Amino acid sequence: MTRFLLGRTALFALGLVVASVLIFATLRLLPGDVAQSIAGTTGSPAQVAALREQLGLDRPIAAQYLDWAGGLLRLDLGESLVTGSPVAGEIAEKLGVTLPLAGLSLVFGLLIGVPAGVWAAARHRRPAGLVVGVGSQLLAAVPAVWLGMLLIALFAVTLGWLPTQGWPLDGWQDPGRALRSLVLPALTIGIIEGAVLLRFTRSAAIGALDQDYVRAAAAKGMTLDRALLRHGLPNVMLSVVSVLGLQVVGLVVGAVVVEQLFTLPGLGRMLVTDVGRRDLTKVQGELMTLTAIVLFVGLLVDVAHRRLDPRLREVER
Amino acid sequence: MRRGSFVRALLRRPQGAAAVAWLALVALAAAVSRVWTPADPFRTDPYSAWLPPSGAHLFGTDAVGRDIASYVMAASGTTVVVAVSAGLLALVVGLGLAALGSLTARAVRESVAVLIDVLVAFPTILVAMALAAAFGGSLGVVVVASGLGYGVTIARVSRSEIRRVAREDYVTAARASGAGTATVLLRHVMPNIAPVFVVQLSLAMATSILAEAGLSFLGYGASAETASWGRLLADLQKFLGVHPWTIVWPGLAITLTVLALNLLGDAVRDAADPRLRGGGRRAAAPVDPRDPVAPTAAPDPADSPAASPGVTS
Repeated sequence: MTRFLLGRTALFALGLVVASVLIFATLRLLPGDVAQSIAGTTGSPAQVAALREQLGLDRPIAAQYLDWAGGLLRLDLGESLVTGSPVAGEIAEKLGVTLPLAGLSLVFGLLIGVPAGVWAAARHRRPAGLVVGVGSQLLAAVPAVWLGMLLIALFAVTLGWLPTQGWPLDGWQDPGRALRSLVLPALTIGIIEGAVLLRFTRSAAIGALDQDYVRAAAAKGMTLDRALLRHGLPNVMLSVVSVLGLQVVGLVVGAVVVEQLFTLPGLGRMLVTDVGRRDLTKVQGELMTLTAIVLFVGLLVDVAHRRLDPRLREVER
Repeated sequence: MRRGSFVRALLRRPQGAAAVAWLALVALAAAVSRVWTPADPFRTDPYSAWLPPSGAHLFGTDAVGRDIASYVMAASGTTVVVAVSAGLLALVVGLGLAALGSLTARAVRESVAVLIDVLVAFPTILVAMALAAAFGGSLGVVVVASGLGYGVTIARVSRSEIRRVAREDYVTAARASGAGTATVLLRHVMPNIAPVFVVQLSLAMATSILAEAGLSFLGYGASAETASWGRLLADLQKFLGVHPWTIVWPGLAITLTVLALNLLGDAVRDAADPRLRGGGRRAAAPVDPRDPVAPTAAPDPADSPAASPGVTS
């Protein structure tokens, strides 16, 4: 286990380094002069020169990178080019919306995907199970933007149960109102993630149906559903855990598009705005934060999978 | 494998046939839209805004009186171009990385393997946002981001696939009978991993269509002069409170095309596997729907009243 942990942590660290190099390089690959393109065609030569100095663009590119990477280690992401405020503080504030959104989406996804997947597997040769299987294929193909709009059209515009867009001005001061604003966006991501989870759960559970222990339990008089729940589910959950890493990538992707659609003041929406304003230090910091989250959850999932699966533990000894 | 038998096996599956039919329809619409659409997709007419679906405007009109059906049809051209170029780029990147990861010196091979493991975790949309910050948003950014993003996935899948095939007996047999590396690769390895690439190609195209829709919605994909399903969704979203149901058409177009590509991937994988092809025919035989383990369990004659006619009465 220790060896595995060390190796996996090294891979995580390597991922962070590669990510920082790639993000930095991409944003410095700007065609032409970075300072000029930020200042725009209206910027005077003096402004451009000042900007160049502020960005440290007059120094060698390796030194610029090391500066930024050193700042990353101290959680110092520099200052916004537009507003001048520290990037790290703003990102931390926005995470107060994005992380609850991602968490709630994951809860919705698990609540939809796992029970429905097991249910559909137990009936995979009957019409009801087939309908659920085909439905999950369909939902996995739906673009998040569109599903979000359909949910707004149904629950907010037609039924008027939930707010269409936006976020309470006082944030989490009133948790009830904040949660109500998160329901539809989280449902949007959760349904799509849930559909993917459903497909994994279903095929894992269909595999478990053929296992001797499930059939033995069914032969002893358990109903097939109970046998699956009692003996199949632990194995099914293992494969669910192993795909959770992929799911988190989906949560991040979802956050970028869905926060924009529902005008939630989260990290994804801030990224979209800053890309439009070409606020390079902020974009760098936001991309790095999102990537670090994805890589870190990948690490957590792999470690959890390793700890949960007794077969992998045996191999260690 | 004979090509004809593969195509027949593909089309015999209902999901394969449906997927091929829908994709052919999209390709046809894309080709025809270059020379003809029911109306000019960009012509605005304030007097015919928000018309309901009718004979003249099949899907109705939008806020500025554009004919939604014509626009959706023109946008299918954009989708085809984006999906095909992103798919090809992903294939080139994937094959290149896979070749680097399996044919070069050991040190290079292993560092490429680690690099692939690291890169595979990066979400395509973040790559696209980084490129958009540097170069401004465009369809090119969408294509490059999804091509690179999915190329890494292809490299990872094909590396393990090449390894698996390289251990098979027929490869060992070919080597033992004196075939060179090139012959083994071309005659024995490639035909056996080709279906995997077709599956990955269709998944890459599906991913790029979803990425295009998302990025065009955010304003970093198709420009205003280019018809795009994602852009139309962004335009219609502003009026979601008043005319909620116009969004059905572009959304349905994206969903069905992505679904068709996903189904095509599944069907190709099944049709390419000779074992599954035999199994597919057997599974098509009537199976007792009440018995979930029917194919493995031997039929019990006592269960079936029809099996013992006239013995008891």
